[in-house]
Amino acid sequence: MYAYDEIDRTLVNERVSEFRDQVKRRLSGELTEDEFKILRLQNGVYLQLHAYMFRVAIPYGTLASNQLRALAHVARKYDRGYGHFTTRQNIQFNWIKLAELPDALADLAEVGIHAMQTSGNNMRNVTSDQWAGVAPGEIEDPRIWSELIRQHTTLHPEFSFLPRKFKIAITASDHDRAAIKIHDIGLRLIKNEKGETGFEVLVGGGLGRTPFIAKTIKHFVHGRDILSYIEAILRVYNQYGRRDNIYKARIKILVHELGIEKFSREVEEEWQHIRNSSLQIDDEVIEDIRSRFTYPAYEKLPHNPDELRQAAADPDFEAWRKNSVAPHKNPGYSIVTISLKPIGAPPGDATAEQMDALADLADKYSFGEIRVGHEQNLALPHVAKRDLPGLWKALDKLGLATPNVNLITDIIACPGLDYCSLANARSIPIAQELTRRFANHELANLIGRLHINISGCINACGHHHVGHIGILGVEKNGEEVYQITIGGRADESAALGNLIGPGVKFDEVADVVEDIVEAYLALRERPEELFMDTVKRLGVEPFKERVYATR
Amino acid sequence: MTSPLEQKKIKIAGPSVVTANRTWDGIVVYRTAAKSWSADLSEAAIVRNSDEAKALLAESVADDVGAIGPYIAPVQVGADGKVEPGNLREQIRRTGVTIGQPVQV
Repeated sequence: MYAYDEIDRTLVNERVSEFRDQVKRRLSGELTEDEFKILRLQNGVYLQLHAYMFRVAIPYGTLASNQLRALAHVARKYDRGYGHFTTRQNIQFNWIKLAELPDALADLAEVGIHAMQTSGNNMRNVTSDQWAGVAPGEIEDPRIWSELIRQHTTLHPEFSFLPRKFKIAITASDHDRAAIKIHDIGLRLIKNEKGETGFEVLVGGGLGRTPFIAKTIKHFVHGRDILSYIEAILRVYNQYGRRDNIYKARIKILVHELGIEKFSREVEEEWQHIRNSSLQIDDEVIEDIRSRFTYPAYEKLPHNPDELRQAAADPDFEAWRKNSVAPHKNPGYSIVTISLKPIGAPPGDATAEQMDALADLADKYSFGEIRVGHEQNLALPHVAKRDLPGLWKALDKLGLATPNVNLITDIIACPGLDYCSLANARSIPIAQELTRRFANHELANLIGRLHINISGCINACGHHHVGHIGILGVEKNGEEVYQITIGGRADESAALGNLIGPGVKFDEVADVVEDIVEAYLALRERPEELFMDTVKRLGVEPFKERVYATR
Repeated sequence: MTSPLEQKKIKIAGPSVVTANRTWDGIVVYRTAAKSWSADLSEAAIVRNSDEAKALLAESVADDVGAIGPYIAPVQVGADGKVEPGNLREQIRRTGVTIGQPVQV
């Protein structure tokens, strides 16, 4: 966990007072909506179909148990008893009243939570690997650098009015769980040949109307120079990024139009002006941030304790363990992913009761710490292996032990037309139907790793472009129509999916996905060949033939 | 969503209402003939041509404290005079999400 200092606490509290005054002036009519809109967006407040939506930041996906309880409290007191975890390590409340928002923010501020950097054309919440600090083999904890960037960019005047929103993600592992290649800036922590810590810097990734996979702009930037290098990128973007057309305003368009070589030269030139300035990071600064992260006092525990061996006789436990439990850097411990994708439920939703109970389980089994991943699941990062059976039983009672992590029912979906004012089509009911179709765990296991991503509009909050199977809802002649892509992925080999053919109607989507899966099962060369491998080997055509042969 | 202020040319294909979200709590509301806002669609003022729509929208935009983001939305008026939303989006805004919520309200 990271402990905020006095500056952080003052900033968060002052922000609440400021917003309370702004809301008061809005409700009295002193501020018009045009004047107020930018202020509410800077505090995570959107207007959606039915109500205001309040998006709260969970920087680099790390939550303490008392913070999760505070989120439960907000859900219960100010909303309708649940929250929705998003694809960028935030949580959203869908039914909040503007008049009560300052009180909700004040309650969250008591535990160091805020809504800064969750909306508006500024630097957004820096995201990272939800297994940061515990993943075996990572270079070092990427949250240290995430926190450095958070501190530097929060309310930074130069980056508060960018052409468009700007997102950074950081990973420190070979396997990218932070989807850095679909971010405006992606940072991959590496060591150079001298053993120095630095970053491969990628730029210009993003989805939405015009999707791009990020390109490497520099193979190694020393850690001490990372702020100045990011700032150089942002300055080039701030200077040349288009403000005349919202659809062309993201940095990915600028990188594409200039070309990565020219963009890189512009950044390099700017960087030479500022790299030896006060933006150069002293080791003491990093060490100070590092010292504010506390790590559990791990015990030396057996790798394969009796409790785990005995529980292995229970097939239900084993099914859950196989998909939910991952290796920890400390052999006596595990990382446990908690699926927020129960069969038939909206992906990413958690009730206040579940959040409270998870906070208790985090205290009991995970040193009071919870993580949030971009896949809309949670994780307990420090669970002793001997405690896995007990944790599983407790999660099962809460409806949080669905053994489907990374399987076909572990669906990423945006709120879609049920909540979102931008959406053209519904996402959640599609996800719900798909989870019912593939509810049989043996079937889901037989299929193996397969990610479905669903977006209810071209803005792609459900990351459909990078789903192994991507589903995009659009509106055509007043009806919901869904375009299906296959072959996308969001990891270190990130790729955009390919359209398989004409869009299909709402009622046909689950049938089409079933057809694609049946085609895969028939076409794969061996059970170990994953869906993505089969698509890579054979391309779109055999799947297209299967889907459209009878349509 | 297109801002009403960007709706320079207002064309309506049938009966329409002006809808928005109430400022203090965000709930869906409709502009009434009494120059007020109601959460009940049956109390909405119905407009049937562009001039009427433009006038109702202008009046709604002017009431910035009462509701935000007003825009013209289609409705269907039955033979019995009953007013129903004219598309799925407006149906969802009126009756709520089409999915079960995690907590019963």
